Amino acid sequence: MSTEFAIILCPFLVAALILIFHRRLSKNVIGWVVFFIPLSLFIILTTFIPRISSGETFSNTYEWIPSLNINFTTYIDGLSLIFSLLITGIGALVVFYSIFYLSKKESLHHFYCYLLLFMGAMLGVVFSDNLMVLYAFWELTSVSSFLLIAFWHHRKASRAGARKSMTITVSGGIAMLAGFLMIYTMSGTMSIREILANVDLISEHTLFIPSLVLVLLGAFTKSAQFPFHIWLPDAMEAPTPVSAYLHSATMVKAGIYLVARFTPIFGGEMIWFWAITGIGLITLFWGSFNAVRQTDLKAILAFSTVSQLGLIMSLLGIGSVALNFGYSTESIIYTQATFAAIFHLINHSTFKGALFMMVGIVDHEVGTRDIRRLGGLMSFMPVTFTIALIGSFSMAGLPPFNGFLSKEMFFTAVLRISTLDIFSLDSLGVLIPVVAWVASVFTFIYCLIIVGRTFTGKVKPDIKERELHEAPFGMLVSPLILVGLVILIFFFPNIVGNYLIKPAMASIYPAFPVDEMTPRIYAWHGFNPELWMTIGVVILGIILYKFLKYWSRIYNWIPQGLTLNRLYEGFFTKSEDISGNLTNRYMNGNLTNYFVYIYVIFVAIVAGYFITSDAFAWNLFSGSKIDHYELILVFVMMFCAIALITAKSRISAVLINGVLGYSVAFFFVSFRAPDLALTQLVVESVTTALFLICFKFLPEIKREHSTKRWKITKGAISIFVGATVTIVGLAVINYEKFASISTYFEDSYNLAGGKNIVNTILGDFRAFDTMLEVVVLFIAGLGIYALIKLKAVKGDKTIEKSE
Amino acid sequence: MRKVNDVILRTVVKGVVLIILTLGVYLFFSGHNAPGGGFIGGLVLGSAIVLLYITYDIETIQRKMPFDFKKVAALGVLLATGTAIGSLYFDVPFLSQTDGYFNIPFLGEKHLTTVTIFEAGVALTVIGTLVTIILSISEDD
Repeated sequence: MSTEFAIILCPFLVAALILIFHRRLSKNVIGWVVFFIPLSLFIILTTFIPRISSGETFSNTYEWIPSLNINFTTYIDGLSLIFSLLITGIGALVVFYSIFYLSKKESLHHFYCYLLLFMGAMLGVVFSDNLMVLYAFWELTSVSSFLLIAFWHHRKASRAGARKSMTITVSGGIAMLAGFLMIYTMSGTMSIREILANVDLISEHTLFIPSLVLVLLGAFTKSAQFPFHIWLPDAMEAPTPVSAYLHSATMVKAGIYLVARFTPIFGGEMIWFWAITGIGLITLFWGSFNAVRQTDLKAILAFSTVSQLGLIMSLLGIGSVALNFGYSTESIIYTQATFAAIFHLINHSTFKGALFMMVGIVDHEVGTRDIRRLGGLMSFMPVTFTIALIGSFSMAGLPPFNGFLSKEMFFTAVLRISTLDIFSLDSLGVLIPVVAWVASVFTFIYCLIIVGRTFTGKVKPDIKERELHEAPFGMLVSPLILVGLVILIFFFPNIVGNYLIKPAMASIYPAFPVDEMTPRIYAWHGFNPELWMTIGVVILGIILYKFLKYWSRIYNWIPQGLTLNRLYEGFFTKSEDISGNLTNRYMNGNLTNYFVYIYVIFVAIVAGYFITSDAFAWNLFSGSKIDHYELILVFVMMFCAIALITAKSRISAVLINGVLGYSVAFFFVSFRAPDLALTQLVVESVTTALFLICFKFLPEIKREHSTKRWKITKGAISIFVGATVTIVGLAVINYEKFASISTYFEDSYNLAGGKNIVNTILGDFRAFDTMLEVVVLFIAGLGIYALIKLKAVKGDKTIEKSE
Repeated sequence: MRKVNDVILRTVVKGVVLIILTLGVYLFFSGHNAPGGGFIGGLVLGSAIVLLYITYDIETIQRKMPFDFKKVAALGVLLATGTAIGSLYFDVPFLSQTDGYFNIPFLGEKHLTTVTIFEAGVALTVIGTLVTIILSISEDD
């Protein structure tokens, strides 16, 4: 087994082991056991860095469903390596932090199991080369995110947030699946690298644009881009380590990964550029604009994540322009936007991870995250304050922190793109730097809010001062490492650039020479427009922060009824109402009605087919002889059928039904189908026994009082059903359209090693059916068990209705 | 509840259940070359157990046969899917079955197949599900 497989499988394996052995593991130990996994994976992955940065890639194929072109192909290149390092690196820090953050009373084994599940799924997403495998892992990240958001599932908001994120990301995922299938139709391969090699084949195809849009839908929903960003703030109901890990550092970046991965395929298209840059900029602005009005620290961070994701997204869009020109010394300059995107992605993970952990510490030590109740914590929690300061200022784009470098590169990119004259940029291009700058002002303001409202000013009276103290050392380690990185990257950005971003650029622009795409990153460029923009942001930001209470009224101008959240909720309540009404109309609890539906549809389809295709065959006696006892059996069955209708009590009806069943078994015997006969006999006995058990629950049999018309209708339906079955029976024995396949099975002893054809079909030829039937039977059994055993006691309200 | 005089039933069942169980086992093994098999064998075995439950009360049988039949069914599903996945280990397609002749001490040459394991899974699922359903319905008040 190759290292890549082992890396993906390892978290899943440990997740399973934890669930099995969690009772033997002490709650104190479980976190440390889990911590070991991402840490060792991270160390293993760092050994890839030298080889990857020298231009090597690693791939491995394991055949999974070769007949459908689905192979488990892992592929490690520069791009996937960066993401995998983030996943395992931040993962290790988050697990370490969780050990101290989560109370020992929580069901820790579930938490770590879901976390590992997510880690494995996310590694699967970035390492998969096959579209279907990527999709499977992609949805698995949504599922594990759902489980983690709903970790405190006794809270209604947690469940609602989990459902919202699941609904939005999975719908996007399904759109993406459709996009993948279109790509498969166009290129004939599921492998991303093979698609890349044949880009010319698909770029002229009519499905090219639809597949582009669908894939982007998947990426935008996952990465919380406008207007799908509404799930991310609600996902903050998750425990803070989860928010730090999934909802800022890794999972929400999966969409960015996807866009980067597909840039060489779709990049250079106008719609690709405008969709990504446009949506990215809108998200950037809307996220930062809304972050300012939030009062919950985590909500601020959520909107800020939305906004930063938009920033990275728009940079990727700008960078894709280079592909439109093809390689030349002039076009190479536009790839720097992509470089900045990846650089900012790394930076964002460091400072946002630290900020989330900081908020977790404040919440943990003070008991609230509401900035209206917080203040003056600086002197009580100096280390936490430092973390917040470094994280926020890096996010605001100030030196000497890494956010400054990538923010400057972002300004460079937007300024440069606005001067282009393709894609109608000559008219709209000037908007890009304006939006970017305004959004940066808001970013600066909420960064000030995070630090200022939490740590400066006076301690609010309802928070007891003497109980305030610094967090335990264990909780501070992870954010301190992250802010350490924030500063280190500022001073040594070119190490990151050369060893991590350069190989990633090679994967995004395979046709471009990689050395020219790797600029040297400098903190000081002289007084250029970018620096003036930053200075402007700082000045205006401080002014607006000071006068926040005077202009924050503008947020009330947004009409409440028109927000996206209302739309989302309205959609759900409306669709639930409508489908509920519709269902109640026909599912009225009357068994007779249900039978009417079933039989009318049956007759309509089957008899309809017979009439349209003229498949009638009236040849009653195709040469076989009818024995006397067969006639007797027929009469017995006819008698039973009539007696069944007129039966006065339920028990006699059940018994008569049994007689009918046994007579059928006799027929099977006489037609030499012993297997069927046996099965029929036993099933008949068991169902009769079941009937007898259910007896006490059934009401007394009553004479039905119904109108004459209804009676006639029911009679007519019965006759039609009987006639249809007879027609089918007659047609089957005279059927000649296709050659019979039964001769194939007659060789069962040589093919499957058994003389009983029926069983070789069940156990060998069609064993897949049998296997699934077994599973279905089991599920049905469990379903019945659950229905009976787990029903709520009358009047008991402990089982809540779902919202 | 009125006490029913069921001496005859109890006495008969004691013998009959043994016969039914034997028949079930026989049907299970004969399924390969003659009528029978996992499904029908499981049904017969399951109905024997149900007969026991009907004749004696649930508590008595539960004491003598302390199985959780949900777990029996789960074990069956595990066996059936396990043989399916197991074939991957031998680098053959999912659900491949194989057979062969083996010389077993005291029994002579016997025809052994992997289908038997698969069918055992089917049988266990059928037994487990059947008994679970009937028990949960009859225990419900």
